[in-house]
Formats: sequence, C-alpha cells, structure tokens
Amino acid sequence: MASTLQEQFDTEAQQKDASTLGMWIFLITEVMFFGGMFTAYTVYRRAYSDAFAVASSSLNVTIGAINTAVLLVSSFTMVMAVRAAQLGQRRTLILFLVATLIFGGIFLGVKAYEWNEKFEQHHVPGPSFHLEGVPQQSHAQLFFSLYFAMTGLHALHMVIGVGIISWLIWLARQGRFTAEYNTPVDIAGLYWHFVDIIWIFLFPLLYLIDRHLPK
Amino acid sequence: MTEHIDSIRTYALVLLALLVLTAVTTLVAFVDLGEFSVVVALAIAVCKMLLVALFFMHVRHSTKLTKLVLLGGLLWLVILLMLTLSDFTTRGWIGVPGR
Repeated sequence: MASTLQEQFDTEAQQKDASTLGMWIFLITEVMFFGGMFTAYTVYRRAYSDAFAVASSSLNVTIGAINTAVLLVSSFTMVMAVRAAQLGQRRTLILFLVATLIFGGIFLGVKAYEWNEKFEQHHVPGPSFHLEGVPQQSHAQLFFSLYFAMTGLHALHMVIGVGIISWLIWLARQGRFTAEYNTPVDIAGLYWHFVDIIWIFLFPLLYLIDRHLPK
Repeated sequence: MTEHIDSIRTYALVLLALLVLTAVTTLVAFVDLGEFSVVVALAIAVCKMLLVALFFMHVRHSTKLTKLVLLGGLLWLVILLMLTLSDFTTRGWIGVPGR
C-alpha cells in the first residue's frame, strides 16, 4: 500500500495531530456561528419570557427527548466506528458507520415529522400564524423563528454529516482505512459529536422552558 | 503511534450517563424550581457536553495545543455572550435624557 504520509509532514503522528487541530479550529468557528444564534435566543427569551414559555410548552417534549436519545446513541455508534478504525477492524467499522447513518436518519425523520406538525398547527411564522394563549402573537412568532432557524441549521449539519458518513462507508468498503491510517474517520467523528453537542443545548433551551407552569 | 484506545465498557458507560442525564433534565423541567430551572437545565447540558467532548471526542487524550485552542475558542464564546448580555441587561438602569 502506498504511503499516506504527505511530504510536508515528518511522521504520521504529526500529520494526524495537524488534521485534528485543523478540525478543532473549524469546529470553533462553528461554535461562534451557533453562538450568535444562542445569543439572539437569550436576548429575546429575556425580553419576551411569557410568550416564549407558552410557545416552548407547545412543542412535543416526549418526541424531543426520544430524539435526543437517538442522537446520543448515534454518537456512541460513531465513537465505536472510530475505535474499530483505530483497531483496523474493517467489518466492524462499516457496521458501526451504517448504524450511525441509520440513527442519524431516524433523527432527521422525526424532525421532519415535528416540522410538519408545526405547519398543520399554524405554528410557522407568517400570515397564518396562531398560537393559543399568547396575547402578543409577534413574540411567539419570534420563538418559532428562532426554533426553525436553530433546528433547521442543526438539521442541515446532520444532512452534511450523513453525506460524510456515506462517503466514509464507501471508502471503508474499498479498504482505505487501516490501524495506521484512519484520520478521516476520526475527523468525521469529531464533526458528528459536535453536532450532537449543539443538540444537547438546543433540547433544553427550546423544549424545556418553564414546563412546570400551569397551562 | 501512541494512540489511546478506550474500552467498549468506557464508551457504553458514557452513553448510559448521557441517557440518564437526558431523562433527568426532561423530568426536572416539570418541577417548579423558579429561576433555577434554567440553571439546572444548563448545568446538565454542560455536563453532557463535557462527557461527549472528553470521551467521545477524545479531548482527554488530545495534545496540549488542541486543548489550548479549544479553551481559547470557548473564551470567545463567553465574550460574545457576556458583552451582548451586559448591554441588554443594563439598559434602563439609568435614564436617558430625551427618551
């Protein structure tokens, strides 16, 4: 097999460290990207806390919690795929990558179902928007604007992740990853876990605001 | 290459902890904790983030440079949040003439 070491690096270890660092720097730009939306969310939640509480409680918390669990399990299967790659186990690697793909697909399917529900209930910001129990409809619209922007961008990241994992499965089937060279699997794992972390914050912030208040 | 490979047991325990924390955060949201609801929800989210980052993203085995870059990145996020909120929370503390 041809060497996977690029000429600008001295060792495979140095090459891998550089790739990992590069990925982390990209992820930090992503943190700032989502950070802007989390900041906007915080500012408006503070300003319109009553409308946000009612709007948040209209989301289906059971589905949200189950979807969170699905995504966490997909992170587990992803880390198991990375482990299999490190050990050079090709069959196990492909198996866990396919499992990650399936769990990611389930998450997106549930998300699509939830969005569809919003359209049917007129909870999508626009002329026909209506949410029961909120005096200022525009404040509730703001919550749902943030909801769609944040879950939408998260879902977009998931779709990209699904694409990357499909590509990895294709490469793995060709036997491109070994115990010595598996950086793409490792890097894709970092991305997948990052997207998981974003959801870890989105779930309580969007679904669990003031659930204890009497409706 | 000096690569650390964690055991399946470690990963399974981390997953278990993450699922338990998800259940806890969901259930505790229905308990009236007043202002502390947000604090508890965010504290649990931060714990989950640390579990995913340290174990699944192998931060505990990563190089010092990667850790430093990560902390630097989080610092910028704190600046973004703190400066914006210090503006919005203090508006109205002092009267502005003509408004």
